Amino acid sequence: MNMNSPLSKARGLGSAKEGAHHWKAQRLTAILMLPLSIWFICKLICVAGGTHADLVAWLQQPMSATLLILLLASLFYHMALGLQVVIEDYVQATGVKITLLLITQFGSILFGLASIVSVLLIATGA
Amino acid sequence: MASNNRPLSPHLDVYRLPLTAIISISHRITGVGLSAGTLLLACWLIAAATGVESYDKINAFLGSWFGMVLLFLWSFAFFFHLSNGLRHLFWDTGRGLDKADVEKSAKAVIISAAALTVLTWFIALVGGAS
Repeated sequence: MNMNSPLSKARGLGSAKEGAHHWKAQRLTAILMLPLSIWFICKLICVAGGTHADLVAWLQQPMSATLLILLLASLFYHMALGLQVVIEDYVQATGVKITLLLITQFGSILFGLASIVSVLLIATGA
Repeated sequence: MASNNRPLSPHLDVYRLPLTAIISISHRITGVGLSAGTLLLACWLIAAATGVESYDKINAFLGSWFGMVLLFLWSFAFFFHLSNGLRHLFWDTGRGLDKADVEKSAKAVIISAAALTVLTWFIALVGGAS
């Protein structure tokens, strides 16, 4: 005989209430990146052909560095969310799946952080 | 065995994917490809922060024919993912979801991605030189 109360039987059987957060974060970063990525591509065309000094001069403007850091944060977050879904959908073997998830999620954090630190170093002239 | 004769979802080996399905999987493929491009962007920024020498080195790689091919593919993947992402955001409002609309917006995504890629490279190569 099951002695659990009706509440404890029901608890944990529903959704983990995580789906909406993942979904929303993916959309919010996408919306944020619409203007930011187009701005960045435009700037890239101007700066990429130039010298190191041109890039430094651009990133030493406070708003340029700020917008680029905002873009990088959204980009790496969006990337981590997207890669996670792709791996969860197509990789069946649990061990491989978890390994790939760890690599991509930690990799996103590592390279995202390194990019932002690089922008800060250039912006502060270090 | 009877249990092995259950109906299957569209069998990818024998089922010709409609345009909408090709665009759908391309969104994921370009997404994964753009992740590689994002890694390159990170390397570019790290090189720039490291110093002039490493910045010039990575720019020399990006300026080589192989680097230019990568940049071109990356730009197309970016504009495709951007255009189709906009289509997804539009769908999220509950609009444009019937068969005819979905077919039309799929074609619009291809045209938009191609046009934006060509426009960007035109500005970068022709506009940048002047």
